Amino acid sequence: MLAGAALMTAGTAVAAESLTVVSWGGSYGRASRLAVLEPFSAETGIEVKVEDYNGGLAQIRAQVETGIVTWDVVDLETPDLVRGCDEALLEEVDREALPPAADGTPAAEDYFPDTMTDCGPATLFYATIVAYNSELYPDGEPRPNSIADFFDLEKFPGRRGMRRLPQVNLEFALMADGVAHDQVYATLDTPAGLERAFHKLDTIKDSILWWETGAQPPQILADQEVAMTTAYNGRIFNAQVVEKQPFVVIWDGQVLDTGGFGIVAKTKKLEAAQKLVLYASRPEVQARIGQYISYSPARRSATALVTTHKETGVEMAPHMPTSEPNLPLSLSNDWEWWSDHGEEVNERFAAWLAR
Amino acid sequence: MNAAASVSAPAAVAKRPKRPRGSRLRAAALALPLVAFIVVTFIAPLGTMLVRSVHAPVVADAMSETVALLGDWDGGSLPAEAVFATAARELLKAREDRVIGQVATRVNRVQAGLRSAVTRTARRLRGLQPESWRAAMIETHAAWGEVDTWRALLLAGERYTGRNYLHALDLKRDAAGDIVAQPSEQRIYMALLARTLAVSLAITLLCLLLGYPVAYFIAHAPPGRANWLLLLVLVPFWTSLLVRTTSWIVLLQSQGVVNDLLVLIGLVNDDERLALIYNLNGTLVAMTHVLLPFMVLPLYSVMRTIPATHMSAAASLGAGFGKAFWRVYWPQTLPGVGAGSLLVFILSIGYYITPALVGGRTGQLISNMIAFHMQQSLNWGLAAALGGILLACVVALYLVYDRLVGVERMKLG
Repeated sequence: MLAGAALMTAGTAVAAESLTVVSWGGSYGRASRLAVLEPFSAETGIEVKVEDYNGGLAQIRAQVETGIVTWDVVDLETPDLVRGCDEALLEEVDREALPPAADGTPAAEDYFPDTMTDCGPATLFYATIVAYNSELYPDGEPRPNSIADFFDLEKFPGRRGMRRLPQVNLEFALMADGVAHDQVYATLDTPAGLERAFHKLDTIKDSILWWETGAQPPQILADQEVAMTTAYNGRIFNAQVVEKQPFVVIWDGQVLDTGGFGIVAKTKKLEAAQKLVLYASRPEVQARIGQYISYSPARRSATALVTTHKETGVEMAPHMPTSEPNLPLSLSNDWEWWSDHGEEVNERFAAWLAR
Repeated sequence: MNAAASVSAPAAVAKRPKRPRGSRLRAAALALPLVAFIVVTFIAPLGTMLVRSVHAPVVADAMSETVALLGDWDGGSLPAEAVFATAARELLKAREDRVIGQVATRVNRVQAGLRSAVTRTARRLRGLQPESWRAAMIETHAAWGEVDTWRALLLAGERYTGRNYLHALDLKRDAAGDIVAQPSEQRIYMALLARTLAVSLAITLLCLLLGYPVAYFIAHAPPGRANWLLLLVLVPFWTSLLVRTTSWIVLLQSQGVVNDLLVLIGLVNDDERLALIYNLNGTLVAMTHVLLPFMVLPLYSVMRTIPATHMSAAASLGAGFGKAFWRVYWPQTLPGVGAGSLLVFILSIGYYITPALVGGRTGQLISNMIAFHMQQSLNWGLAAALGGILLACVVALYLVYDRLVGVERMKLG
């Protein structure tokens, strides 16, 4: 502890105006750097160092509890933003300080519902979708086009990729089993419904290849290790448009999530960190992310500003999870349900995996 | 430490007969840095983790008045308005003090589903002055209208709890407070502990089987060659664990060297390559390789002390090689066998990184679950309880060994 404290003071003395920002790496990390972090540095003169992580609050908790805080700002999923706020792992952000829309609409009205937390607003929407490699499904033969097809090994043989977590997968399972979108969480809330979801996962369990980081799904799809995989839509977009991979996205049953910057509690660079959070909440900055990757802004006034992909000129709208044809097919992640049941369900999932 | 003191003391006495006590103290002082190091890096963290497994004071502290009021409650119907009012006040206070998340986590572990009741209520009640706190709380979250919620709050208010240990043993308390087994789909830890012990035993036997002949060969080779052979054991021993584990990935994966070879000589079809890694097999092979030196070295050091003349003597008295080996040689190597086996077994039941890398779904051990609770679910109390149980297993094993073989006969090299 003592040594840590000494180290920390030494660290702050050397680098006064630099921030350590932790994000998800890969094509999203690149988009975030180009659209948000580098312009932020150019405007404020605050140097930004980027590190990668795979989500979760564990490292933040360890830093806050030991008092050796090396991360200043972390790009978090909204449920973690809320939980981290409740557990005092993150600094609160004043909602009143968020900039209004260009036409003067206050931020509180400009943000989509459920995108604001006490520890900062979400920056963007992203979706977990199913994607397949079209080389495996030649022209003239049937191609999968629904979430039910993902679970149909008879019609569409081959391995499946899924994230090694119950979150989103249980929702996919129920939707594939015919549960209406607005009934998914009500069904999961009952013991029989939870059983039903696991039972549906059982039907493809032996064919699943589990992935853990967002960069893996496009990789295993390109290597044809799986016929279909769940993935973050932006990573598949990057593979399609930038790497010219023959991937196809199935928007049916996409699960929508949001994410945004949180400030690590007890950071020595609170002021600079707050500046970054406010900067990222500007509509034009959120829209700029949409020029690099297909994640849509958390503010209404920013949505209209998204047009084409900066590097290839591709029209972004068809690739956005919240654009017209795609949004009605979506399910919004009920993070309150997961905050209530996540621990119990994760444990059951681990027991199920080990069997 | 005792050993260090007792070894240095006689020497000091011989040198300076006039001041035995002072020099003994000084000799002991030499060990102080080590003592301090062990206390700070080993005993203190171990102690705090074990305390964490039974000590969970967050609700008892943050909602002390509510818990005290609930102590007098009949438990049959909803508590009185005064309890609601106190609970609301303490929830708001907990939110201000920013411990509401910890309170919610603790309550939610007693009864899943209550996290949102706690956090949402604390969020929404701010600034309200309702006529009836009971009505206001039930309106923010229906759970406050259930008797079970208040019972859960009372249970969460226990400062010391055996919950984590029950949980780690796949048990729980039912509504009446009796200890019952978890529902079958939720049981995981006992099966995992059994797998861990079985895998450790298998690895120990494999190491013994592979290591014994190697040690014998080295111990009885001419000195020049023995040094070279020993180096072959030591170089992997000195090589990074990660390097050795990942080289098994290169060898055993489906497009790896072993599968390529099998396909090449036609034993296996190209599209039916064997799954040699990312399963239990991967864990067994890689861990046996990693732990082999811990078996070979104690065996070697024991065997080296056994004079070759013993076997010749047995042969000259008419025993064949088999008989001479079993009656004369093998019994003399038992201290080495015991030391090596105990070492390998104890190391394997706590092994973490190798199964995490090559164990896939079926090759995970209990330590991987501890890591999961430390790093992902953040349930440190449960992780500590699992660690405590593992520690108890090791201590029990040590005692059994001491009873059967005698620890003083163990030779580590």
